Amino acid sequence: MTAEVSAGRYRYLEERARWRGIEIAFWLATLLPFFLFESYLSLASQVAITALFAVSLDLILGYAGIVSLGHAAFFGLGAYAAGLISKYGWGEPLSGLVLAAACAGLVGYAASFIIARFRHLALIMITLGLSLLLHEAANSASWLTGGADGLQGMRMWPLLGVFTFDLYGVAAYAYSLAVLFLVFLVARRLVHSPFGLSLRGIRENALRMPAIGAPSRAHIRKIYTISAVMAGAAGALLAQTTSTVSLEVLGFQNSADVLVILILGGAGRLYGGVLGAIVYMVARDQFSGVNPQYWYFWIGLLLIAVVLLLPNGVLGGLARWTEALRASARRRGAP
Amino acid sequence: MLGSLFGVVFDGFAYGMLLFVLSVGLSVTLGMMNFVNLAHCAFAMIGGYVVVTLMNGFGWPFFATLPVAFVVAGAVSVVLERTLYRRLYRASDLDQCLLTIGIVFVSIAAAAYLYGTIQQPVQLPAYLRGSVVFQGVNFAVYRLFLIAAALAITLVLVVSLEYTRFGAQVRAAVDNQRMARGLGINVDRAFAITFALGSGLAGLGGALAIEMVGLDPGFAFSYLIYVLIVVSVGGLGSIRGSFGAATLLGISDSAGKYYFPQLGAFLIYLVMIGLLMWRPAGLFGNR
Amino acid sequence: MDRGAPRFRAETRSAVTETALSTHGLQKSFGSLVVARDIEFALPLGARHALVGPNGAGKTTLINLITGMIRPDGGRIFLGADEITSLKPEQRVKRGLARTFQINTLFPHLSALEAVTLAVCERRGHAGDWRRRLTAQRDAIDEAYDILGSLMLGERCYRLTRELAYGQQRLLEIALALATKPRVLLLDEPAAGVPQEESAELFTAIAGLSEHISVLFIEHDMNIVFRFASRIIVMVGGSVLVEGTPGEIAADARVREVYLGKKAHG
Repeated sequence: MTAEVSAGRYRYLEERARWRGIEIAFWLATLLPFFLFESYLSLASQVAITALFAVSLDLILGYAGIVSLGHAAFFGLGAYAAGLISKYGWGEPLSGLVLAAACAGLVGYAASFIIARFRHLALIMITLGLSLLLHEAANSASWLTGGADGLQGMRMWPLLGVFTFDLYGVAAYAYSLAVLFLVFLVARRLVHSPFGLSLRGIRENALRMPAIGAPSRAHIRKIYTISAVMAGAAGALLAQTTSTVSLEVLGFQNSADVLVILILGGAGRLYGGVLGAIVYMVARDQFSGVNPQYWYFWIGLLLIAVVLLLPNGVLGGLARWTEALRASARRRGAP
Repeated sequence: MLGSLFGVVFDGFAYGMLLFVLSVGLSVTLGMMNFVNLAHCAFAMIGGYVVVTLMNGFGWPFFATLPVAFVVAGAVSVVLERTLYRRLYRASDLDQCLLTIGIVFVSIAAAAYLYGTIQQPVQLPAYLRGSVVFQGVNFAVYRLFLIAAALAITLVLVVSLEYTRFGAQVRAAVDNQRMARGLGINVDRAFAITFALGSGLAGLGGALAIEMVGLDPGFAFSYLIYVLIVVSVGGLGSIRGSFGAATLLGISDSAGKYYFPQLGAFLIYLVMIGLLMWRPAGLFGNR
Repeated sequence: MDRGAPRFRAETRSAVTETALSTHGLQKSFGSLVVARDIEFALPLGARHALVGPNGAGKTTLINLITGMIRPDGGRIFLGADEITSLKPEQRVKRGLARTFQINTLFPHLSALEAVTLAVCERRGHAGDWRRRLTAQRDAIDEAYDILGSLMLGERCYRLTRELAYGQQRLLEIALALATKPRVLLLDEPAAGVPQEESAELFTAIAGLSEHISVLFIEHDMNIVFRFASRIIVMVGGSVLVEGTPGEIAADARVREVYLGKKAHG
């Protein structure tokens, strides 16, 4: 075996993991709103936050195959934690963010012991139940959370002591984008690590995993906790950049929305959640004048269409299309 | 004191019976094909709106609208089953969830468009209104009617499941689908029929629910949660389980609202999670 | 080394140090259906034993019991001198017990190389590591590549599992099991569904396995069984009917009556 061929196996795996030009172009493009869409910076900030939330869901859904209808639980936990930290006197954003995300992660860790033991309907119900439980608790505990009126009295200090969160949204977007990018780097590394491979194994064939000595439950607990931390960070970002927390961060609508976003973009590809978030949030902003009922009508149709026609979302469809193009080029080209 | 306890149990039982009628169809179809149909309460909603249309728009008497609600809901489910559901029988849980969530979104939007977002009032016939007093306790006539109707339905279901050939096929398919196919039972056909019947029952439940809990476009989602709780706690494919779980849920909800109003639905969710952890296949499930 | 020994010495089975795998009084029923009836069974070190019997005899069930996928109603299981009766399946794999499945139980969208690398990483304990790059685990990748090469899958290792031919998928089943560096390997009809010409090839690969691995394989094709097995165990109706060398089994009247009378239908 020649030296080139023997290195092929490393190259094959490296090829899957290396940074593509289009990725770098994408992240550079995320800086454009600062220059081209200044009036839309608060929307851009929302998009970044939603993208982060979607990426956190992708890790458990797209990579480990855990169907969760209640991921808003961790988003909301992070939001309320950050809100309460600020309300009771500590308005420093970065440390507040870390603390809030850690809170969400702690609850995620506790919940993961339950989650890892179940599959199918029981799992769906438990994830749903946990988020509904938290929603009800937040609703009832209005002395703490403000209930249906939302959390009042948050006061955020300037970011890094200099940049205040104002209506122009420059600080908000910079902050959200930076957190998104950093967390994305972590997620990207995770997905291309041996652990990422295990997660795909669990998703591909949960039955085979114990037969190769894999502690599936421990793996699931780990990724669920990591995902909860990330979702909590997204929620905290929302709270900190808008200085409010409303009850809907814990609601089923939030869980359903992020699920739709991830599926439309394509689960299991990390960028699917980001792409879905961009398209969904921008479209919703454009159609915000329209009755929300009509919005969900089209989303419903789109969802049905995606499940039947484009099961791996937009990115999956693109990947299949480019692969088909490449295959036909191979057939026509090389001897 | 005891009077109010009776009242709470009675109200809770009536609510539970409503939940039972709404849920039993989903329990059996889930037990048969493991198809996660989150659009089940959309069929219920359709039944409700059929009643509203017929009564308010065409002046039909209440009882005449009930069978129509059953039939229309069942018919719509047949159409959806043929066109959409059929393709996803062997698909993943996620795909089934997503498809049916999409259907729910569409149905809620359509209902809002056609009927608006406020609750629909219906005028019950005089003999169903008001309440009867017995031993010093107030029993609402409508709730008595609801309980009677639900028990009648339960009887019909149990008898047909135990004593008809179709019922035997359904039981076999719920118990072990592969084995049932191997025995020559046309499971797909049995499922299609069961699905239509179950969705029809949901439609009937939706019709009955109008007076009890009100009907608005959000019904398809808000009661989905309760139906899912009944089904997962009761055990898939079990009529007994659905009955038991629905009763339990109904009475707990009623008692909770009366004695611990500040907790809201918190207790229900906690009990559900606890029960599922103890018995993931449900109280009477077999998986 | 005396972990399980004190009670075990009371048994009259073969000496502790020579048995790779053994079961004692293994029982399992599903309702009124008895699928394992008081099974006493021992697999010596370096064995190449075959487990045969008609459909429904309980052969796969026995493997499921031994690997921990089903919990027995009674009896004990030993891997070497260690009792594994109460261990979870993944713990038994860590101790050196591996199995393959009769129906391909693979990872459709992972390439063969990724799948075997995954198994190697799990064995090495790196699979929980989310901070390091997979591409940096060169030792694991090399090991996976070598295992695939030894099973003639080297060139096709970059293909997705679902794109492999059926026979190659059966080989991948074995590769996954080998990646766990087992002491005992249980093969459930490794050549199931593989055409005649290829199954001999597959078994030659199995025969070529290290003598440090003790192998028990379920098989229906008696030609293969007689050619590759040094000892045959016949199961009927949940219990062991008889066991012996190929010669003894071929001559046994009971076996002929139950099973060997028919032509091989493997």
